[in-house]
Amino acid sequence: MKFKAAITILGLFFLAALSGPLFGIDPGPIDVQHIFAAPSAQNWLGSDDAGRDVLIQLVIGALPSLVMGLSAAAVAILIGGTVGILAGYSRGWLDLVLLRIMDYFIVVPALPFAMVITAIWGPGLGHMIVVIGILLWSTTARVVRAQVKSGRERLYVQRARALGASHLHILTRHILPQVLPLIGTTGSLAVALAILTQAALEFFGLAGTGVLSWGTMIRFAFQRDAMLNDAWWMVVPPGLCICLVITACYWLAQSLEQRFNPRLHTTDLRIRSFALRAPATEKP
Amino acid sequence: MTSRSRYLLGKIGIAIFGIFATLTLNFFLFRVLPGDAISSMARVPGGSVELKEALMRQFGLDKPLWGQYLDYLVQLAQGNLGVSYSSLRPVTDEVLRALGNTVPMTLLGILIAILVGVTSGIIAAWKHDTAIDNAISNIATVVYSAPTQWIAIMLVLAFASYLPVSGASDPFAFANDFWSILADRVKHMILPSLTLALATFGQYTLVTRSAVLATLGEDYVSAAKAQGYPVSRILAYQALPNALVPIVTLIALSAGTVIGGSVVVETAFSWPGIGRAMYDAIVQRDYPMLQGALLVVTIVVILVNLLADLVNMKFDPRIVE
Repeated sequence: MKFKAAITILGLFFLAALSGPLFGIDPGPIDVQHIFAAPSAQNWLGSDDAGRDVLIQLVIGALPSLVMGLSAAAVAILIGGTVGILAGYSRGWLDLVLLRIMDYFIVVPALPFAMVITAIWGPGLGHMIVVIGILLWSTTARVVRAQVKSGRERLYVQRARALGASHLHILTRHILPQVLPLIGTTGSLAVALAILTQAALEFFGLAGTGVLSWGTMIRFAFQRDAMLNDAWWMVVPPGLCICLVITACYWLAQSLEQRFNPRLHTTDLRIRSFALRAPATEKP
Repeated sequence: MTSRSRYLLGKIGIAIFGIFATLTLNFFLFRVLPGDAISSMARVPGGSVELKEALMRQFGLDKPLWGQYLDYLVQLAQGNLGVSYSSLRPVTDEVLRALGNTVPMTLLGILIAILVGVTSGIIAAWKHDTAIDNAISNIATVVYSAPTQWIAIMLVLAFASYLPVSGASDPFAFANDFWSILADRVKHMILPSLTLALATFGQYTLVTRSAVLATLGEDYVSAAKAQGYPVSRILAYQALPNALVPIVTLIALSAGTVIGGSVVVETAFSWPGIGRAMYDAIVQRDYPMLQGALLVVTIVVILVNLLADLVNMKFDPRIVE
C-alpha cells in the first residue's frame, strides 16, 4: 500500500520533471500585467513577482531538485557502501579507525558544514552534489558495516573461505548480495535527506545563479516579499512538492525494509540502534 | 579499572578526538581558500613587495603550514578566534553573544518537539496497528518531510497578524522593566521555536513508537498486564523507562539536525543567533566569523552527544559492559 503510493508519487514527479525539457517548456518573458496575479483559469497557480506562471516554474524546477537528490545520494551510497564494506570485512584496527570516522560524521552538524564548504568552494549544483554526498555517507556506512560484520560470520561464508575462496569472490558473491537490499532502504533515506539539505542550501542562496528548482522558488518567494503581497501561491506549491517527494522516499524506505529486512529498524530514523539489535550470528 | 570508568574514559576520549578533528578540519578547510587577505591589504597607495612581506610576517603567514597550524592551536587555547572582518570585533565575543540568543530559542523548540514527539510516540505504540497509530505515524512522517524554511514561511503566512515574525525584540518598545522585556522576548520566540519544533518532532515520534513497541513485547509487560495494572502505569513504569536509552541517544544524535534547523529558522525569522551570524558571514565573506561559528556549533553538538552517553549510563547501567 505504502509501497504503491510511494512509487506512484515518485513516478508522477519524474514524468513531470522530464516533460519540462522534453516539450521545451519555458516560463516566458516578464509580464508586468500579471505581477503577483492570483490563481486563475489561465494561470492555475498564479504568477510570481515577474508575472511568470508558477505552475510552469514548478514543472521546470522538478528536474534539478530530483536529479540533485539522486546524484548526491549516489555519491553518499558509493562512499558509504565502500567504507562500510571495508570496515565490516576487515575488522581489527582498520575497522576501528573507520568506525571512529563514521561516528564523527554522524554526529557532525551536516547543514552548517555544507553551508561553509559550499560558500568557500563557490556555489553551484555540482559542488552541492559532492558536498552533500560527502556529508551524508556515514549512515549508509554504519548500516552496511553492521550487515557485513554479521554476514562474514555466516556459516556458508565461512565454508566458502574454508574451501579456499578469495576475498574478492567472497565479497562479490556472498557479501554484496546481502548488502544490496539494504542499499534500497538507506538509498531512499539518503535521497530524502539530500533533497532537504539542497533546499536549505538554496534557501541560503548557495545554488549559484540561474538555477530554477523548488528550493530556489522558496528562496525567491521569501526574498521578493511574496508574503507581504499575500502571494501564498508562490511558496505553497514548491514546499508541498518537496514534502510529497520526501514522504514518498520515507514510505519507500519503510516498505523496502519490511520486505527485505524486517529485523533491522533503520527507517524509523534511528541511526545507531541497529547496532543494539543487529541480527544474531548463526550458530554452527 | 572498573568497566564503568573505562566506559566513561572511552566516551570522553571519543569526544576529545571529535573536537580535535573539528579543530583540524576547520583549520585546513579555510586554508584551501583561493586568494588571501594579505594581497588585498597590501593594495594601498605606495604598497610594495616589502609591505606585503612585512604583513605576511606580522600575520605569521610566512611560516610553513604546520607552523600556522600550531599558532592556530595556541591562539584557540587562549580563547582567541580572530577578528571579524565585518564588525572588526573579536569573533569570540560575537559568537558567544549569538550563542546566547540561539540557546533559549532552540531549547524551547526542542522541548516542545520532545514533549509532542515522545507523547505521540507512546500513544502510537500503545494503539499500534490501529487508525490512531496510522494517523500519528503518517502525520509525523509528512511534517518531518517538510523543509524547515517552508514551515517557517507557512507560519508567517498564518500568524503574521498576531505575532512578531522578525528579530528577537521590539526595537520601538518603551517599557524597560524586566517583565515587559521578558514578555516581548518570549513573544518573538514563539514562531521560531514553533517552527523548529514542527521541523524536528517527527523523528522523535517515530523512534519513541518503535522503542516503546519493542518493550511492549517483553515478558515483564505481559506480567504487569496479567496482574491487572492500568495502562498508564504499565507505560510509565515498565515500557517507557526501558525504551529511554534509544530515545535519549536519538535526541542527542539529532543535535546536529537541530542546529542545522535553527540556522534555517534564524535566517527566516532574522533571529540574531549563531545561525543568522553564519548566514551573514557567508553573505559578507566574513571568514573568521564563519570559522569561529562553525567551530563552536560543532563542539556544542559533540558535547551534547557526550552528555547523552553519560545520561544513558545512568538510565541503563548495563550499557558499560
